Amino acid sequence: MSLITVTDVRKRFGENEVLKGITLEVGRGEVVAIIGKSGSGKSTLLRCINGLEQINDGAISVAGAQLLPGEAALRQLRLKIGMIFQSFNLFPHLTAGRNVMLSQQVVKKTPAPEAEGMARRMLEQVGLSEKFDAYPDELSGGQQQRVAIARALAMEPMGLLCDEITSALDPELVSEVLAVVKQLAAEGMTLVMVTHEMKFARDVCDRVVFMHQGRVHEVGPPAEVFANPGTPELKQFLGML
Amino acid sequence: MIEFTYWDIIRNLLLATRWTILLSLVSFIGGGLVGLIVMSMRISKNRIVSAIARGYIELFQGTPLLMQLFLAFFGMALLGFTVPAWLAAGTALILWTAAFLSEIWRGCVQAIAKGQWEASASLAMSRFEQMRYVILPQAIRIAIPPTVGFSVQVVKGTALTSIIGFIELTRAGTTLTNATFQPFLVYGLVALIYFALCWPLSKSSQILERRLNVSHNRH
Repeated sequence: MSLITVTDVRKRFGENEVLKGITLEVGRGEVVAIIGKSGSGKSTLLRCINGLEQINDGAISVAGAQLLPGEAALRQLRLKIGMIFQSFNLFPHLTAGRNVMLSQQVVKKTPAPEAEGMARRMLEQVGLSEKFDAYPDELSGGQQQRVAIARALAMEPMGLLCDEITSALDPELVSEVLAVVKQLAAEGMTLVMVTHEMKFARDVCDRVVFMHQGRVHEVGPPAEVFANPGTPELKQFLGML
Repeated sequence: MIEFTYWDIIRNLLLATRWTILLSLVSFIGGGLVGLIVMSMRISKNRIVSAIARGYIELFQGTPLLMQLFLAFFGMALLGFTVPAWLAAGTALILWTAAFLSEIWRGCVQAIAKGQWEASASLAMSRFEQMRYVILPQAIRIAIPPTVGFSVQVVKGTALTSIIGFIELTRAGTTLTNATFQPFLVYGLVALIYFALCWPLSKSSQILERRLNVSHNRH
């Protein structure tokens, strides 16, 4: 049974059609990497899944919740799926702990002591239990991104969308974030990640989706996709031509 | 004929200053509340709501405050409502202040990075919750210096209400001039009192701006 169902989704920015009919299913517990050149539409697809971009055509559903315009429907869908961004987007006026507590308290009306307990557990899970009272600008990029992961996890989503979450990090900080993601994957979290970390995609993902010019160009298990790319575009992308 | 000593002049001016201060406070606080509503409407995704707010702002920013005071005072009288000067003055100044504050604050809200909206949206917050817990707390910090700076304009704006007969500092100055025939002395004192009210505001705006800049990312 699939968790995320994307059916013939089209998205235009003005005259420019960025997604030209995408169909994709992501199963529960599956880890999917979306790869492709910049401008191929991979980030846009991710942002469409949780309604940050409005689709022009097609349908998206997450665990039975349809993506519909309107705040109530979006809220239901976003409760089921979290998102991590390239630029972390922590709330700078709140400590790491408060960042993780905020939406539990505001959206789920969780009482403060319970929200704090959850926040401490989640920060511990990403290896930052001692940073509860640190403000975002006192943390390194890698630490900020791990707080962002804890913040998304605290809402207990069924899946996470990861939009190039290591692209803004210094090279030596990439591995600490990927280690957290790898652990999540091992625990059975559904993950859809747009990534440039090919080695990570090969090691951790169940399936690789190659996007090219707004279409899903090739899909398959990483062993197959990376070893025997079927199209010249993927070969070129992987640097094999 | 009554002789006015310097002390008489100063005492009468200071008594009238109370009304200038009161009117400034009412305009600023009332204008702030209305301004918050207009600002929320202005950044609404609903085009009609946003257009109404934009129309309001352009109308009040694009006409002289004096005309607004005349319309509030004489216009209402024409429609059959007798409006006392203090009510017309207060209403016009509140609406005028709201138009400017809402635009100042809109700039501050829009200065907050788009990623803050996206992150809070992805955590399932409603637009109101995003504003209340994520955007406004950050926007307020950058809004304080320009807001305090604008309060100087409000204080000076109250001088115009003398024309519709509200007795505040400027009006008291005119009355005293007529009684003493010493316009330079009286208006000089009036100007000094305005300066004494406004200068601390401008200065604190500058200090706040410097302090908030230095600690741009401090807490």
